[in-house]
Amino acid sequence: MKPSGSAGARPGGAGDGARRRRIRKSVLNGTGLLVFFFSVFPVFWMASTAFKPNNEIFSTTPKPLPSHPTLEHFDLVMNGGIAEVSFWTYFRNSAVLAIATVVVSSLLALLAATAVARFRFRFRTTFMVMLLVVQMVPLEALVIPLFLDLKRLDLLNTLPGLMIVYVGFATPFAIWMLRGFVAAVPRELEEAAAIDGAGPIRTFFKVMLPLVAPGLVATSIFSFITAWNEFIFAFTFLDDQDKYTLPIMLQFFHGRSGNAWGPIMAASTLLTIPVIAFFLLVQRRMVSGLTAGAVKG
Amino acid sequence: MLDTAPAVRKPPGRKNPGRARSLRRPRFGPYLLIAPTVVVIAVLMFWPMIQIGIMSFQKVGNRQLRGEPAESVGTENFRTILNDPFFWQTLRQTVLFAVVAVTLTLVIGTLIGLLLNKLGKRMSSFVAGGVMVAWATPPVTAAIIFSWLFGSTGGLVNWSLDLLPDFLVGGGWNDYNWFATPLSTYTVLTVCVVWQACPFVAVSVLAGLKSVPSELYEAARVDGSGPWRTFWSITYPILKPIFFVLLVMSIIWDFKVFTQLFVMSGMANRDAFNLSLYAYSEAFGSLNPKLGMGSAIALVFTMILLVVTALYVRVMVRQGETR
Repeated sequence: MKPSGSAGARPGGAGDGARRRRIRKSVLNGTGLLVFFFSVFPVFWMASTAFKPNNEIFSTTPKPLPSHPTLEHFDLVMNGGIAEVSFWTYFRNSAVLAIATVVVSSLLALLAATAVARFRFRFRTTFMVMLLVVQMVPLEALVIPLFLDLKRLDLLNTLPGLMIVYVGFATPFAIWMLRGFVAAVPRELEEAAAIDGAGPIRTFFKVMLPLVAPGLVATSIFSFITAWNEFIFAFTFLDDQDKYTLPIMLQFFHGRSGNAWGPIMAASTLLTIPVIAFFLLVQRRMVSGLTAGAVKG
Repeated sequence: MLDTAPAVRKPPGRKNPGRARSLRRPRFGPYLLIAPTVVVIAVLMFWPMIQIGIMSFQKVGNRQLRGEPAESVGTENFRTILNDPFFWQTLRQTVLFAVVAVTLTLVIGTLIGLLLNKLGKRMSSFVAGGVMVAWATPPVTAAIIFSWLFGSTGGLVNWSLDLLPDFLVGGGWNDYNWFATPLSTYTVLTVCVVWQACPFVAVSVLAGLKSVPSELYEAARVDGSGPWRTFWSITYPILKPIFFVLLVMSIIWDFKVFTQLFVMSGMANRDAFNLSLYAYSEAFGSLNPKLGMGSAIALVFTMILLVVTALYVRVMVRQGETR
């Protein structure tokens, strides 16, 4: 821990320094707790509202925690009652879409990351620049032409159509993230496998894949979240209620019954928890992927 | 400590050219490996970009959706937009929001990053974990939670403001409607977006700080440099590349924010539109879709972002990121 504890070196006596250091430390910790509080509070309030009975939600003296916790809102959300279609249909749509996106984009990313990390070839830099540019393209602008393209291909209002679009969004970042993992696998291992007579495909499955697996998990979770959270394309492309994904269902329900905060918060909680869990697992890799090499120690 | 891509740790390739060459390397190997990705990106990103360019000079509406060919209208879409005061109002709102949100995100995020660096190990990961929760929340959920917090019936913010003494914040907050005027809507939007974007800045700054050699700070301390001066003469210059990346990404994210604004204020509330909502509503918002007009607006804001992107790519290439 670098710059803390500076007081001791200054003139003014050891006891004075120690006291100052203690005060400093508690001020820092207090600020830390404050930051924690403000970061977590909205999500906490969502979950807390979801468990409150209606009279407590709209009480004139709101309490942080429900005094009489209830599952009625979750029950309403999960067992019909908020839409014509079962909650689990939306859940399944979201999950299928996200998993399909993960599988396809991870596969593409693994191939491309291997190329980028292991070979020097003519258009390598061009390819890398393309990956960067593509991550900056405003997807909100692409919704218009992609709508027309999918319409022409008869893929509007279908989950596969949406999946194709998500793969396009998730893959560039996945490659960017994965190439570091591939590059970290020592070449010597591959060479050893080659000397032992393993062909490139066997080397890939026996040497490369197991070592890149953690990176693959990280990028997969990222792709999963991209697809799971996506709103504008799903909202534009899907027409039938039974094809909606969870975010669309949530927005639809929120728009229709604006002040039914109990069930809305229960549905939000159900949408959010898997993402937060995944995210906390993978966040370190995500940062490194995004700002990779911006600082070279 | 710095997780920033193992790729950085050793200069890729080059080290043993002789040995590398001895590896079995099919000539078309790398091209085959990147081919699927190139196809996907070309079809899903580059081709649509070109289509936006083409369509912004066309009239694409209900008749075209039924399969009739698009009519070319020359620069009419652009003339209509640029002569419409509503477009300029939207553009102004978009830019102002981006300026405020980006500034707040970078300042608050950096402060949190500095704080995380000073905290003890356990406290630091505890706070970082909490901050991550904000980042992880799906945009739709975030927008809905903040609509609830700022809601006029039972909303916690109005309730708290009502509790505060009237001379400080004024009275009558109880049924204040935050989504009635663009300014108050954008206030809520700013809080929501900054809340979600700060963690990324904080964690990136933290990762950067871990890479600063502690001798530098010790030297500064010995020289009697205070925290303010230490930040500007040591931390900032070293973290400058990170700040640049964060700045560019924040500008791009905040410039095109869609989901949160859409959920909070909706399509009906035209006064609160930003450029992406405007483009979307022209294209899809009515029974008379004007996809050509929508494309023209989308093209304008893509062009603005393209300038920012070009700067970004240039710096990344200079830093050797694409090697």
